[in-house]
Amino acid sequence: MTPDKVDLSCEVGDLRMPNPVMTASGCAGGRELAPFLEVADLGAFVTGSVTLDPCAGAGGRRLVETPSGVLHRTGLQNPGLQGFLTGELPWLAQRGARTVASIAAGTLGEYAELARRVGNSPGVRAVEVNLDLPGREAPARRLGEDPYQAGKVVAVVRREVPRGIPVLAKLVWQPGLVDLAGAVAREGAEAVVVSGQVPGAAIDRATLAPSVASGTVSGPAVHAVAVHAVWQVHTALPDLPIVGVGGVRTGWDALELVLAGARAVQVGTAALHDPGSPARVVEELRAELGALGIDSVARAVGAAHGQGVSR
Amino acid sequence: MTAGRPGPVRVDGEMLAVKRAGGYVHLTMVAPGVAERFRPGSFVSLAVGGPLSDRCLRRGFPIYRVRASGAYGGTVEVVARPAEPGTTWLAGRPAGSPVDVLGPLGRPFALPREPVACALVGEGHAAAPLFPLAERLRERGCTVHMLLAGADERSLFGALEARRAARTVLVATEDGSVGIRGAVADVLPDLLTRAGADVVYASGTVPVLHAAARAAEQHGAWSQTAVPAPDGCGTGLCQGCVLPAVGEDGLTRMVRACTEGPVFRGDRVRWDDVGTVPADTWGATPEAAR
Repeated sequence: MTPDKVDLSCEVGDLRMPNPVMTASGCAGGRELAPFLEVADLGAFVTGSVTLDPCAGAGGRRLVETPSGVLHRTGLQNPGLQGFLTGELPWLAQRGARTVASIAAGTLGEYAELARRVGNSPGVRAVEVNLDLPGREAPARRLGEDPYQAGKVVAVVRREVPRGIPVLAKLVWQPGLVDLAGAVAREGAEAVVVSGQVPGAAIDRATLAPSVASGTVSGPAVHAVAVHAVWQVHTALPDLPIVGVGGVRTGWDALELVLAGARAVQVGTAALHDPGSPARVVEELRAELGALGIDSVARAVGAAHGQGVSR
Repeated sequence: MTAGRPGPVRVDGEMLAVKRAGGYVHLTMVAPGVAERFRPGSFVSLAVGGPLSDRCLRRGFPIYRVRASGAYGGTVEVVARPAEPGTTWLAGRPAGSPVDVLGPLGRPFALPREPVACALVGEGHAAAPLFPLAERLRERGCTVHMLLAGADERSLFGALEARRAARTVLVATEDGSVGIRGAVADVLPDLLTRAGADVVYASGTVPVLHAAARAAEQHGAWSQTAVPAPDGCGTGLCQGCVLPAVGEDGLTRMVRACTEGPVFRGDRVRWDDVGTVPADTWGATPEAAR
């Protein structure tokens, strides 16, 4: 089959996209990518996480190259809700991007306000809930490690975001991932974004002290973690839409996540190496499917779970 | 290739030559589209390790020279110190091998409108971008004085070329092996007085840039300081290269060396606080300030 006959369109809840390739939160800025691709050509554009107030981010070393990956600790530097609504968001809307706004907070009240303001802003097609912060009300754990807390956050966000704008809950791999996914789905998340990122640290060769003592590893190093995580969630909850994220560099990497059960994928760390990579992955995925004789990406979703793909 | 759009391009280039230059290597690459957009102070970001590489971050280098056209198409030249596996790999590339080039990136040196006296301060191979700058300044009728500094003779770059590029050249090494013994902070104030410098351009590490900015301020001159071209993404996405700088409104913000820099006004950067988020930074939180 010629690649141009392959149907790449996909749906994640009410988010309809011409192809299943999205950017990953925190690895993409519209203006930064614009010289290298058209943001409207991507399935969707996921913004860096927005907090209620401006956030200067983390001090000290923020980024370390690790084997096949990047260890990072940026501390969610962002201009805050107001800066986002008057800066990045209108720019993306004007360029025709399907914008998924990522929001992050430490309390339910902040999530509610962010969800209401962002969810009602023109140009926002979906809201992604970043749960990777320590909750200020129960600071010992990240919100996204506790099914009860994560569910409460999602319920609050879902209540504030208008119907028709799907809420995506972003979860990182952990032993209780399936329970978490079930909890956020019960509380109204239309989809889960399942990430392979893992905690990491690195020691500096010159000082023999940690360059990053507690950060996050992303990139190809965690791709297999992401495939596993998507596989697990799709096995347990076959009807829950999944967006897979972790180490996608090529069309095949994207297809692997799709075959494991993801309806869409996100490209993150690869964009740091090649800012044109999200657009390249779209074309490579099309070519992969064409070469396999699969006429639509929707047919490949979860196909590795045994039923195969009818070609 | 993304020619036709404004701004930087990513091109599959080709290594044309790798030459030793003292303790450094001088890389010449074919990179169509980069040369045409170049302005002194901008940088390129190179991928390392080839297509099967496990290295996910790029390496940044200030542009030393470009040739917009020629037998090979546009070429771009940088000077590197092979100090870690990525740059060592680049230094070992045979002529004709592919190289992934992204550029030109970042904000270049601002040029004076009037023909003024300029002092150009370069530390080690960070002096490289000062040579195309000197050329542009001379074209505008500016007088160019150069100070090349380093730990020792081996760490200097461009001392011979500087004689053609500048009206006066001063060389300073910390061990006194060549030129005057001393650091930039010791020798620059005198030079600024003798040259009657109106503008200081500096390229080097944070301590040298801090010294240059301070000397300029004391002398009543403007300063344009180029921080080391950042590794990472080079495009502003990764937020790994931030430093605290004061804006027009007097507020300190964490700004990216790759997009808001690498050239900053020397009096805008909070040099003593580089590597931290000062407590009065816009959006600083107590947890982040560590």
